[in-house]
Amino acid sequence: MLELRDITKRFGNVLANDGVSIKVRPGTIHAIVGENGAGKSTAMRIAYGFYTADSGDILIDGEVQRIATPHDAIALGVGMVHQHFMLVEPMTVAENIVLGAETGGIASLDLGKAAEQIRALSDEFKLSVDPRATIESLSVGQQQRVELLKALYRRARLLILDEPTAVLTPQEVEEFFSILRRMREQGKTVIIITHKLSEVLAISDDVTVMRDGRVVGRVETAETNAAELARMMVGRDVLLRVEKTDARGGAVVLGVRDLTVTARDGKRRLDGVSFDVRAGEIVGIAGVEGNGQTELIETLAGLAAPGQTTAGEVEFDGRDIARLDSRSRRELGLAHIPEDRHRRGLLLDFNLAENSILGDHYRKPAVTGFGNVFLNDRGIRDRALQVINDFDVRPANPDLPARALSGGNQQKLIIGREFELNPKLLLVSQPTRGVDIGAIEFIHRKLVALRDAGCAVLLVSAELEEVTALADRLLIMREGRVVGEVDPKGATVEEIGLLMTGGK
Amino acid sequence: MKLLRELFFPLVAVLAAFVLGGIFVWIIGDNPFETYRLLIGSAFSWPDGIGYTLFYATPLIFTGLAVAVAFRCGLLNIGAEGQLYVAAFATAWVGIKFGGTVVDVFGTPVNYSWMTLPTIILLPLAILTAIVVGAVWGAIPGVLKARFGSHEVINTIMLNFIAIALVSYFTQYHFKQAGDPILQSVPVGAGVHLPRLGSFIPGLPERIPLNIAFLLALLACVLVYIFLWRTKWGYAIRATGANPTAAEYGGISTGKQIVLAMAVSGGLAGMVAINEVLGYRYRYYDGFSANYGFTGIAVALLGRNHPVGVLLSALLFGMLIRGGIFVDAFSGKVSKDLVEVLQAIVILFVACEALFRGSFGRFGLLKRSKV
Amino acid sequence: MTEIFTIALIFSTIRTATPLLLAALGGLYSERAGVINIALEGLMLAGAFTAAAVTHYTGSPWIGLLAGIGAGMFVAAIHAVACIRFNADQVVSGTAINILMTGVPAMLSGALFLSSGSTPQIPKDDLIPWTPVVLALLLVGVTWYVLYRTPYGLRLRAVGENPEAADAAGVNVNGVRYSAVLLSGALAAIGGAYLSIGQSSLFTRNMTSGRGFIALAALIFGKWRPVQTMLACLLFGFTEAISIQMQGVFKPWGEEIPVQFISIVPYVLTIVVLAGFIGLSRAPRALGIPYQKEK
Repeated sequence: MLELRDITKRFGNVLANDGVSIKVRPGTIHAIVGENGAGKSTAMRIAYGFYTADSGDILIDGEVQRIATPHDAIALGVGMVHQHFMLVEPMTVAENIVLGAETGGIASLDLGKAAEQIRALSDEFKLSVDPRATIESLSVGQQQRVELLKALYRRARLLILDEPTAVLTPQEVEEFFSILRRMREQGKTVIIITHKLSEVLAISDDVTVMRDGRVVGRVETAETNAAELARMMVGRDVLLRVEKTDARGGAVVLGVRDLTVTARDGKRRLDGVSFDVRAGEIVGIAGVEGNGQTELIETLAGLAAPGQTTAGEVEFDGRDIARLDSRSRRELGLAHIPEDRHRRGLLLDFNLAENSILGDHYRKPAVTGFGNVFLNDRGIRDRALQVINDFDVRPANPDLPARALSGGNQQKLIIGREFELNPKLLLVSQPTRGVDIGAIEFIHRKLVALRDAGCAVLLVSAELEEVTALADRLLIMREGRVVGEVDPKGATVEEIGLLMTGGK
Repeated sequence: MKLLRELFFPLVAVLAAFVLGGIFVWIIGDNPFETYRLLIGSAFSWPDGIGYTLFYATPLIFTGLAVAVAFRCGLLNIGAEGQLYVAAFATAWVGIKFGGTVVDVFGTPVNYSWMTLPTIILLPLAILTAIVVGAVWGAIPGVLKARFGSHEVINTIMLNFIAIALVSYFTQYHFKQAGDPILQSVPVGAGVHLPRLGSFIPGLPERIPLNIAFLLALLACVLVYIFLWRTKWGYAIRATGANPTAAEYGGISTGKQIVLAMAVSGGLAGMVAINEVLGYRYRYYDGFSANYGFTGIAVALLGRNHPVGVLLSALLFGMLIRGGIFVDAFSGKVSKDLVEVLQAIVILFVACEALFRGSFGRFGLLKRSKV
Repeated sequence: MTEIFTIALIFSTIRTATPLLLAALGGLYSERAGVINIALEGLMLAGAFTAAAVTHYTGSPWIGLLAGIGAGMFVAAIHAVACIRFNADQVVSGTAINILMTGVPAMLSGALFLSSGSTPQIPKDDLIPWTPVVLALLLVGVTWYVLYRTPYGLRLRAVGENPEAADAAGVNVNGVRYSAVLLSGALAAIGGAYLSIGQSSLFTRNMTSGRGFIALAALIFGKWRPVQTMLACLLFGFTEAISIQMQGVFKPWGEEIPVQFISIVPYVLTIVVLAGFIGLSRAPRALGIPYQKEK
């Protein structure tokens, strides 16, 4: 039904797609797998007209088509649901669905008729949602249904879904799969982009594996298994194992009691969270993203969102730090690796040297002179080189702008910078997101080493494998609460999944 | 190599401005080449051309630096105009109230002062007043932004109007000499006059108003460079401008940086008063600013928000102002408004390039404010 | 005090508010689509000058009005191209337009009329004192309808809130933004034309004297919504109208309030309003951020 032939796409000096050829049979669920950065999203965005390929063809039903904008793709019956939803928050469900495909002529917008059609589609595919609700008021799962309805409303015959289960609980994933099966029964073709092999094996008919911008394999799901797929994805046997000895927990460094955070809109993001982190141990927090983990880390780091109210106690080495700002917390020995390195962690237009002193720019060795006012070039450079060398940041040139580095190297720079401060407590969130496999192993080893040196580490990760491998103790968060603690070595995925969804 | 790249876009912008301006001149009915010959040629004669060019450039160096510093923190300071007006008035006030006997419009000696301070105290006091008052007026929109999130563009524009109105009022009702038809204050005391460069440089007559303020402007360029790139305060300001979320993460209080940057910016703008009141007119003269504040924006942008660039741009614009006056007097149809037109075209061209070069980084702060 | 509140005051308020309203509505289209428009001042000047000049030459204020609209759209196109095609900083571009419009009309009037910035006086019969007022009030309703009840308005709002989502839905984001900015040029120009060929009878240098900025403030005060913006414009019109009335009449402590103090009331009000009352009012989420694909 859909065929991509020899698609090539370059972004700057990154070759995102290199001669990619994909064939999707009609009426099937086709999975495209690969690690972060393999080029899967890019290829599909080209098929949807969101990007234009530098070379290559797109064929729909055997005929070459020109797809230059999403408008063209939609006209050919192609619909796409992006990883980050493309919804206009303050507008209603009906307005969002109808946007770009309005009926009723130039002078009037017939939302009533649209609502009827939406209800009909909802019933047909069991995607229940209220057309008059605003997007802001919907849950993530419901918003996804709106996205699906958007495509169906435009009579899509082929649906491309980018990482659809990234924001769903295991329960919602099951519901989602039954929706997909229903679509297949109705004759639709579905492509899902994912890196979760268990889901691929559960739902798809065919699998295309991509790695580093190229297609490295194409199999029928029934004839393959997880190990083989993983090997194709990564290029070698993958076993997420981290060498570590048992933790020897020391004194309590971080004590959190009844931490409750209410956001500006009145919603409670954290609800009575209590736990301890001791020196020399890694406490992991697992959970579907959006259940309060971000707020937890940011509040502990002293970066409360504007308008947020915080209640409860936070103790660092026995001291109440709840009222201290982020700089004071840093001075006490708290370091933070943020989940969004571009937004929070780096000054992209500054060079590596200036980035290496972010957070520490007002103290030695960054400053010198009368009153410690003047920047000390030598001191800054030394610090930068230290970080670059100890953490294998490449290219190893302190004068390069941070923007020029790959995701993995940027992350290593940030981690190195924070480690350089010899923290007593490290808050780290999504440490290996968007990072290549070599860097992932390096980062994991460094985290364990830091733990062994006596630091207390609080690790939040949406990658269940990562957090179970690294954590000495594992807490599960759901809807702003800690709903359980499990032994990461012994607990099963089902057990953790149940805690993540509420045991229903 | 990098220097060449940095120069390229501004040069393109200036060239484009001249070409488009030339077309405009031709449409109006004058000869562009003649016009430009007058415009540029008049700036290079000695002593008048160069002397006046440097004199006109002086306030632009100050306002250019002011806008550049604000830009480095992600802020657009359109309020330099208001800041320099209040500073000028305040400086004149100090000069009047502590300057001793002066000669009024009719030639009679008269004393408006509270007391007469010696020059050694009075002059630095007057200079400091200009800087401090400008800084305070600049800090106001900074505080409004830091505390309430209201966008500095609207606030600075409003404060410009307020400043001009208030200063005009005070001059008209309290500091003007009765019977003086011009809206200007009484003169400032002799103790606070800044010597003209003509008294040091042979061949430069003292009638040309180029004065010590020009040297202060050069000094300001150096100090701004040191401040922004060699101190921890400058680092914090630049980080806030580049990525306020990351700066906040790094423990920098973005609110404080905003206020600091606006205060420094206002203080720099206020220094225009030194040139104008202490070095040229020796009084407050209503409406003295030939849009120095707005031109400062063009100067800063063209100079890529860097002191060296600002200095070069200010010299260029000073040249244009000098040339504009000449053109106005000697050309048939073209008026000195041509200079404004050229300025605007330069700004547009530079603005279009700037995003590609990442020398702006304004979106971080823009997202947090309401406009 | 009652002598102040007369019918004359109401008329005065409406007349003062009209140019503000026209410009503010223009700004509304642009900003709801995500493009900051600081250039309302300059666009008004473009409209004012062109309308006056063309009316002088043709004797017809209608042609003058149309010409003014054309000029406004032309100048707005410059802003649009700079911001949308070249991703220029929208505030800087707007400021440049304002500076441009302090120079261009002066140069043109110097060339055409040998004056230092004014156009020749236009005879009373050739003025349109009431049409723009009616137009302004009508446009409030029209704008509301367009924004909330037509596909164009839906797309415009989407583009201003989440241009990526609109793009993914097949909307031509840049096309919508261009049209919105051009509209803002047209409307602001009508506001300017009203000043030169409606309220007075000629164009003088910088005759808008800050009204474009007050219009922008009214737009913000009105939370980017048509009806509330109209109320804001009426409020600001009222303060200006009343300041004219109060001169010579209101003497709270036996002395006349100097004209300068009254004239700054709208400015102070704007600052206060921006800081305090707006609070959590949301600007269109994508306002001021150029839409760039393929990052």
